[in-house]
Parts: sequence; structure tokens; C-alpha cells
Amino acid sequence: MQEKTFNWRNAANYGLIGSVVMLYFSMIGMVEVFSTRDLIGDFLNMGHLLLFGGAIGVMLFAAKRISDHGGDFWLSTLIIGAVSPLLPILLVIMSLNFNMRPIFINVSPPLNELITLGLEPTAVGLVAFFFVTLILVALTAAFTRLPGRIRTPLTTTIVYMLSIGIFSELIIQVLNNPLIFRGFRLAGLFFTGKSLDLIPAVVLFVGFFGLFYWRGGREPKAAVEPKTRPHLDPRRRWIQLGLIVIGLAVAPWILGLFLSQALFEVGRFVLMGLGLNIVVGYAGLLDLGYVAFFAFGAYVMGVMTTETTLNMGGGVVNFWLALPIAVGISVVFGVLLGFPVLRLRGDYLAIVTLGFGEIIRLLALSDWLAPLVGGAQGILKIPNPVFFGIDFNSPQLMYYLMVIGALIVGFVSIRLRDSRLGRQWMAMREDEDVAEAMGINLVQTKLLAFAIGAGFSGLAGAIFAARLGTIFPHSFSLLISINALALIIVGGLGSIPGVIVGAIALVGLPELLREFTEYRLLMYGILLIVMMLIRPEGFLPAEVFQRELHAGEDQPEFSGAVAD
Amino acid sequence: MDKLLSARNVTKRFGGLVAVNDLTLELDQGQIYAVIGPNGAGKTTFFNVITGFYKLDEGIIEFDGRPINGLSTDIITRLGISRTYQNIRLFSNMTALENILVGQHPRLKTFWAEAVWKSKRFQEEEAEAHEEANRLLSFVGLRGQGDTLARNMPYGAQRRLEIARAIASNPKLLLLDEPTAGMNPNETAEMTDFIRNLRDELGITILLIEHDMRVVMGISEQITVMDFGQKIAEGNPNEIQGNPAVIEAYLGRGAASGLGDHSPESESAG
Repeated sequence: MQEKTFNWRNAANYGLIGSVVMLYFSMIGMVEVFSTRDLIGDFLNMGHLLLFGGAIGVMLFAAKRISDHGGDFWLSTLIIGAVSPLLPILLVIMSLNFNMRPIFINVSPPLNELITLGLEPTAVGLVAFFFVTLILVALTAAFTRLPGRIRTPLTTTIVYMLSIGIFSELIIQVLNNPLIFRGFRLAGLFFTGKSLDLIPAVVLFVGFFGLFYWRGGREPKAAVEPKTRPHLDPRRRWIQLGLIVIGLAVAPWILGLFLSQALFEVGRFVLMGLGLNIVVGYAGLLDLGYVAFFAFGAYVMGVMTTETTLNMGGGVVNFWLALPIAVGISVVFGVLLGFPVLRLRGDYLAIVTLGFGEIIRLLALSDWLAPLVGGAQGILKIPNPVFFGIDFNSPQLMYYLMVIGALIVGFVSIRLRDSRLGRQWMAMREDEDVAEAMGINLVQTKLLAFAIGAGFSGLAGAIFAARLGTIFPHSFSLLISINALALIIVGGLGSIPGVIVGAIALVGLPELLREFTEYRLLMYGILLIVMMLIRPEGFLPAEVFQRELHAGEDQPEFSGAVAD
Repeated sequence: MDKLLSARNVTKRFGGLVAVNDLTLELDQGQIYAVIGPNGAGKTTFFNVITGFYKLDEGIIEFDGRPINGLSTDIITRLGISRTYQNIRLFSNMTALENILVGQHPRLKTFWAEAVWKSKRFQEEEAEAHEEANRLLSFVGLRGQGDTLARNMPYGAQRRLEIARAIASNPKLLLLDEPTAGMNPNETAEMTDFIRNLRDELGITILLIEHDMRVVMGISEQITVMDFGQKIAEGNPNEIQGNPAVIEAYLGRGAASGLGDHSPESESAG
């Protein structure tokens, strides 16, 4: 570990990195695309955030380094602030003199306009850009120097404001919904189009800051007894639970058709995530072929409920009968796929399971099995479920089905986690050999993890198939497994709320920000990397890890006397 | 009287290295038995063979009359053998209570799925298990520590937790691998009393590996001395103390002093 202080060369390096980041996002066209989404009025858009984000982010990292290793803080700030804007400026200058479009298609006048902040002539714009960047970097630096009392509520406020910006569409939908607000088009008060108006924005900002500042002052900072865990207090839990249930129940009606579809996707990944959470989070078995069981559930549902395929034996079966069978078959295959990998650990397990996932997809795609599962054409015209005469043909109703599925699965997960089986999984994850020495049958424990995880995935698949009406091998690619794995890691391994947060972040957000689909994989990767750098345990880690995070506080030192 | 544990002519090789060489060792029920020897003598390997972590190459091990060599570790544990480890191997990210609950695994019989609908039997068994775990915590002097993460506990507490976890399954035989390693004289004395207590109060037969001669001579009834994988001496503490082969093994040729007043723990862990 270097103890070198943070000198001007380091600062210049950081500045250069910031500059490269800004340049990169500009040149791949992301800044331009993002700029179509206005956040406040029409002068602050997401493109600006992205553009300056590079410099701001780099300053945050540098501030941390300086506080760890020492160095001239303000000089470094100055250097970073001055170096960061250089490459974008250079880009603009070059694009004015050379036609870069044949090679760099995104280096265009709109981009230049963004960078020069819309000012004419260009030179003025560039100078303005330079100083704006410098000021923003300085503000960031100052921000890191603020006392926690101010910095924490400020951070929370910024997060809230950004969230409002990102979720604006959602919020507008809710505010405009005639059912709740009786025809008052509340959204118009705050928003024009999709962006906040300036004055409401300022008011909100000040209001949030004031609120969080006040609340920050209220909590007693003295050490609270660690034994009492308020979030387990039963009455509060029931109230929270009730609110959540109500929220879930009315969401599709408030949010409209399109967002209900998004909710369905989130729900589906919550279901899959919960299943994978058992395999990876509880039992510690790195499974990269998880989509295989999803495929089984979907295909069994498809085969059994349509006439177009060779469904072995009986004729067409209705959804409700096919559902448990789909789950059952997934469970069986969970066991079958679990047997060969019993002795594998870590990376080897991951690769082999990845292989399985691909095998299943290729089998589904194959001509050999085409008479049964439709090959590349897939299965079409899967009917919607019918429940007491109600045809589930809308995203809202299928969403309910998925939610109920998720609730059941979540319930089972919690019950198992707090049981002997849950402890078996935890012990096995911690230290497989010692777990075995505790009398735990590893074969049974692993197979149960695979089987139950597979069952949950199959359930998601079956509902998915019924909703979509058609399924293709394409829907069962490796990317789905990776998606599911990523979201439970980002959300927090081993934690059920974590799975939900992860699904919202990695599945819900892309749906909301669908203007940016082109860059979805890039943002995905960046999010994963950033998460691993700053918070590897995920957003909402499981209690085990949360206890670990608070380990420094309030653990009574124990002297070692045997007698008690 | 039938031996509780009978290991006869046990040999374990790793490629060309013979870690345990034709070792015979037999315990009676209720004994406190020590295995001592210089580092690298094969003591922990022998433990690993007993518990099924290694498969022996030759010989036979019988526990309570039935052969156990070749059985998997979990089955051997369920038959009544538990152990602790030279380098503490607790489940670090689990609480003390959870560690002990895992230790109770062989005793809990409810079908796993009953946890989902929280059947009566499940609830009763879990409640009883928690009670018992807390009782064990108190027994080893860690009352109230149940919610502490294992990795946050001080060393001495961790050692005791590991023992609590090991006895949670109600074993007949407990293998302790260097239980007083790293302890000061006070703690060692306490641990010695504690081990004796395990046998006196709970009736557990103890087989321990130890380097600290105060402990060994203090509580063992029978001692086997190993060197280079072989048994070089066997007997009660008095017999062992005066045995020249033993002295030579520990202190090298030419050493004349007895083993009563110092412990050969100067070598690094082997």
C-alpha cells in the first residue's frame, strides 16, 4: 500500500481520467442521447449530468485518496478541475476543423452545442464549459469537506432529486391519475412535459434538504442497545407489510398499461431472483445456467396448453393444471442438473452450470426437438389463463399473477431461511468441509437448493409463457442468467429486500429509461463495476452482512472468564 | 470392556509421504486420552482419518463396535464423533448462536419442508434447539453473546464457542485439536478444568491433541506419543514423563531433563 501523498501528478492523472471519461461518453453518442431527457426546465438535461459526471466522479475519488494519503487539497482540486474539460474542448475544436463524422459518427453539431452549453460563438462556449467544469469540480471538492451534519442530508436530497428526474414519468402518471387525485392534474404544477420546472425544483430541493437536515438532528447519536431491533417489532412490520400489499395491489391501475408491463418484468425477475438467491445467496452455489429452469417452466406450459406441438399424451390442458406440472418438471431437472455438479466448487461449478444453460437453449432451438418444442419458431398462441370466467388478457392481471407468485416464493424463502435447512445452506456456504463435519449431508443440502431454486424459476417461466403467448429459444439466453445473478448481487446477496431492489434497479430502471436502450448494456456494466468498487455487499445486504458492517459499534468486550 | 474407539494399524499416505504409519490406539468410554508429539508427527492427520475427512490406506477404525473407516464425515458425526480444529474453523459470518444451532444438526429430526408452514413439531423443535443452544452458550461461559458474530469474538471466546458447537450434537467422543493453543497460563488452567468437566458432567470421552504439557499431564489418563507418523510410546503420564524415547523425540538426542516443567511449543505450527 503506497503511502505517497497525493501530489500534483496524481491530480493531473485524475483530471486526465475524468477528461477521458467525459470524452468517451461524448464520442459514443451517449451524451447526446441522454440530452433528450430534460430534467429541469430545458436547461438541465441528463446529458449534462452524464457529461459533467465524469469530472465530478473523479473528484470524489480523488478527495477520498487525499483524505487517506494526504496532499494539497485545493491545488489538486484546481488541477483536476482544469484538466478535465480539456479533452472535450479539444474534441470540439478538432471537429470544427476536420470532418470527423466518417469515423466518429457521434461527433456532431448537437454534441458541440451541448459541450459549449449552447453559447455562440464557439470560443465563448468553450471557455464557459471550461469554467463551469472547474466550478463544478470545486463545488464537489467543497462538498466532500462539508461536515457530516450537512453533507448527509445534502447527499440524500441530491439522490431524491435525481430519482425524481429519473422516475418523472412514473410520478407524472401517479399525479395525473384521476382515481387518486380526483381530476386535479397535479403533475402540471411541477412538471412541463417530463421535466421539472425550475421554481418547483428549487422549492423541492430546499424542502427536502430542510427535512433531512431536521431529521438528522433528531436521532440521538448516543449508542443504542444493539439487542433491540426495531425493525422486527411485530406491529410496525404488519403496518409496513399492509402498505406494501396495498401499494402492489393498486400499482397497475395507477401506472397504466405500459408501466404494468414493466412491473411484470420486474416481478418476473424478482421471482427468478428469489430462486437464484437460494442457490447462490443462501447455499453459495454459483449457478450461471439458471435460465435453463426458466425455460423448462415456459416450455412445459407452452407444450401443454397449445395444440401446435406434439404434447405427449393428453390434449390441451388449461393453465392452472399445467402450472404445477411445469414447476414440478423444473424441480426434477433441478435435481438432475445438480447431481453431476455436486463435487464442483466455485469457478468450475459456474462454468459447468453455464454449459447446462446453453445446452438447454440449444436443445430448444434444435431441429431434433422441433416437433415437440417448435425449434426456432418457438411455440405460439399460448392461451391466457382463465380464472372463474375472467380472462387474464391484460398486463395488469398477469402482473397480479406474477406478484402472487413472487409473494409465495418470498414467503417460502423466508421460512426456509430461518429453519434448519437455511442454516445448513449457510454453514455449507461458509465452510463446506466443516459443515459436513457437523453432520450435514452435503448431497441432500445442495440438491435441495438446486431443486427449490429451479422450481421458483420454472414458476416464473410458466407465468411468463402464458403472458407472452409465444416463446422462442431466444428468450432463454445466457444473458437472462447473468441478469438474474447481477441483480441479486447488486441488490444484496442473501437478502430478500435486496432481490427486490436489485430487480427494480436492473430491470425496472431500464424500462423507465427506455430512451437509452442502446446503451443499456454499457450502463449495466458500469453499474456493476461501480457497485463492486464502492459497495460490494449490495444495496440492501442480508442481515448477516449488515451486522458485520456495524461490527465496530456496541459489541461488549469480553474478558474471557469461564465462570458465569 | 468394549473399546469406544479402536483404531488399529492405521496407515495414511500422501504420495510418498507416510503421514500416519501403522498406528494403533484404543479408547475406553469415559477416558481422557491425549495424543502428543512434535509438530508434523501426524496427529491432526490422524484426527482427519478418524472423522472421515481422509480415507485411510490401511487399517481399520471401529467406533462403538462398528467399522467407520470409509464412511463419509457427516455419517461419522451422526454416529457420535465431534471435533474442534487446530486453527479455529467457526462459521465466521454467523452468530455464536447460529454456530451452535448448526452443531445441533444431527439432533434435529423434523422434515425440512415443515418449516414452510411452521408445523407444531417444527416450532417445538426449533424452540428447544434455541433453548439448548443458549444453555450451551452459558455452559462455556458465553452467556448473552449469542448475537455476536463469530468473527468478532475474542480468541478465547472463539475457542470455547467451537467446543460448544462440537458438543451441541451430543457426541459420545470429542476430538479436541490443540484446545489451549495461544492461551496464557490462566486461560489454559480454565480450559483444562473445563475439559475435565466435559467428561465429568456430560460423560463425553475426550481425545485431545496437545502441546502444553501442563494440560496433558494434568488431565490425561492415557497418552500416546507420536513421531513421524508412528507411535513411539504409550502409557499414563508418569510412564511417559520418564520415557527416554519421548524425551529424545521432543528435545533431540542428548537432552536429559524430564518433560514435567516445560512445554515444547517453540516450533511453529505444523
